Amino acid sequence: MSDYLHLLSLPFMQRAIIAALFTGLAAPVVGTYLVQRRLALMGDGIGHVAVTGVALGLLTGVSPVWTAVLVSVLGAILIEVIRERGHANGDVALALLFYGGLAGGVLITGLAGQSGARLQTYLFGSITTMSVGDVLVTMGLAGAVVLLGIGLAPQLFAVAQDQEFAQVAGLNIRVYNVLVAVLAAVSVSVAMRTVGLLLVSALMVVPVATAQQLTRSFRGTLLAAMALGMLAAVGGLLISAAAPDGTTVQPGPTIVLLALACFTVSWPVGVWLRSRQRMRRPFPVVAAAAHQTIDEHPHDHGDDCGHVAVPHGDHVDYVHDGHRHAPHGRHYDEH
Amino acid sequence: MSESPEVHAGPVIALTGGAVAIAGRPILRGIDLAVRSGEFVALMGANGSGKSTLVRALTGLHPLAAGSLRLFGTPYDDFHDWRRVGYVPQRGSAASGIPASVWEVVASGRLTHRPLFRPLGRRDRAAITDALEVVGLADRAGDGVSTLSGGQQQRVLIARALAGEPDLFFLDEPTAGVDLPSQQVLADSLRTLSARGATIVLVAHELGPMAPLIDRAVVMRDGRVSYDGPPLTHDQVHHPDLAHDLAQDLAMVHLDHVDQGHGHHHDDPARHDHAPHVAGPLDGSGEVGR
Repeated sequence: MSDYLHLLSLPFMQRAIIAALFTGLAAPVVGTYLVQRRLALMGDGIGHVAVTGVALGLLTGVSPVWTAVLVSVLGAILIEVIRERGHANGDVALALLFYGGLAGGVLITGLAGQSGARLQTYLFGSITTMSVGDVLVTMGLAGAVVLLGIGLAPQLFAVAQDQEFAQVAGLNIRVYNVLVAVLAAVSVSVAMRTVGLLLVSALMVVPVATAQQLTRSFRGTLLAAMALGMLAAVGGLLISAAAPDGTTVQPGPTIVLLALACFTVSWPVGVWLRSRQRMRRPFPVVAAAAHQTIDEHPHDHGDDCGHVAVPHGDHVDYVHDGHRHAPHGRHYDEH
Repeated sequence: MSESPEVHAGPVIALTGGAVAIAGRPILRGIDLAVRSGEFVALMGANGSGKSTLVRALTGLHPLAAGSLRLFGTPYDDFHDWRRVGYVPQRGSAASGIPASVWEVVASGRLTHRPLFRPLGRRDRAAITDALEVVGLADRAGDGVSTLSGGQQQRVLIARALAGEPDLFFLDEPTAGVDLPSQQVLADSLRTLSARGATIVLVAHELGPMAPLIDRAVVMRDGRVSYDGPPLTHDQVHHPDLAHDLAQDLAMVHLDHVDQGHGHHHDDPARHDHAPHVAGPLDGSGEVGR
């Protein structure tokens, strides 16, 4: 135990914790807007394109984070343009871009004379090798993503919710669409050191999917996703650090699996909540057809009778073996 | 509702010689339409007659291929006062990929009044509450929109437009697929709006309970206006001969052609597709923003 505490007190570990905290906060902010647009896989696409950016950094000697930001922003804007102009075949166009990004990245890494192991630190993350400079860049970019993602939430929400309404309300929807794409690209580049480019999208999307099992408002989903993302990122890092000697537990996959574990726990709760809500949704009020009474009823319906009570106009129907029983005087009516 | 910044006696909407092309195919041709302040106009016609396209052109969602459009007396290109316009798009649902509460969806109607990076003010909250009361959903403000029925979701979308306190409303088929009791509530909401002096342009396939509210009917047919005048009965709208006779009687508009074999539209399975969807992966649709 004291070994573990000692490990946590080491500077590289503290840098890693700070980086995980900021990444975990920022990634779900963008993820929320992507899920709202039903573009959950866009983060994956940008991640693939960013591989080429990293490789260009390795080739030119520039810091791979910056080349990744640059190339993934360009890729994200290209994806957005294709999405805006394309019809139903937009996903095919996106797929072409994804494969191009990954293949280009591997090819350029080879040209640069770098080993696959070097590229792998970006593909699967290397949070424990971050320098002070890396951490500062992570904090700055993640902070900008959170600030814009929350500050412009009303506008981004409206554009993602109903683009045509937002356009008639006078919003420049193209600016906001590109902004989301750019924020996604920046988040990908930021999270690349934490969980790696191939797992980035998990940190953006899984906390959102977990949060929306339990929430019913956008604001609640956004904030809960941020909290869950932070929990998964920091928790995953701490768990991987606690691995016994002689085993290698990488932080990136641990973080993603922890996020998925949270989803696995929340999903059945969400299923239950939704089915409960569906059962209790009021029956429509329409002019009654011929109405039928039940004379012999072995059971008194009431608040705690165990049968689902569903509002129906000015009274309540009890759902009883596929029938809808409405109390009427001293007997029940079939509704 | 809100004080108009400039006084103008002319029509709220003035479209002359309007034409719309989608992907290069002419859809609307030669549309002249003027709507006066406070009028309640129903745009009617069969599926594919161009009534929704016309509303989308009036809101700027489809660019005009020809003709000129003035809103509140200002040429469209110079018009930036979008807070005076409320739009209820044709949508089956108010839900999206993330849960959103009724309040949040309606609050997005206040965007025309809110500066960037500012939270909702007191006036914003009052307008949202009022909008929810008009459509009768004040008690559901905190519920998720996806838990509401189709008719209630349509009322949320109307409340969203209402929250911006506009003078001019465009509603695109708000009653499509909505049960009769909800249609009645929608009609009551529109009656309240109209009584407050709002100008309303309603696209409707069938008017149902909204029929008594209408001041004027405009019937679209194959991308042209085929009738413009006092309200019509359902049969008159959908039986071209009747509309034709009536139009001639009133000497309002002439029908260019009447295809006789086109009686009741419900029996017509062929949907009039404005532009065939044939595209390679990187081809543009010719339409921006879809």
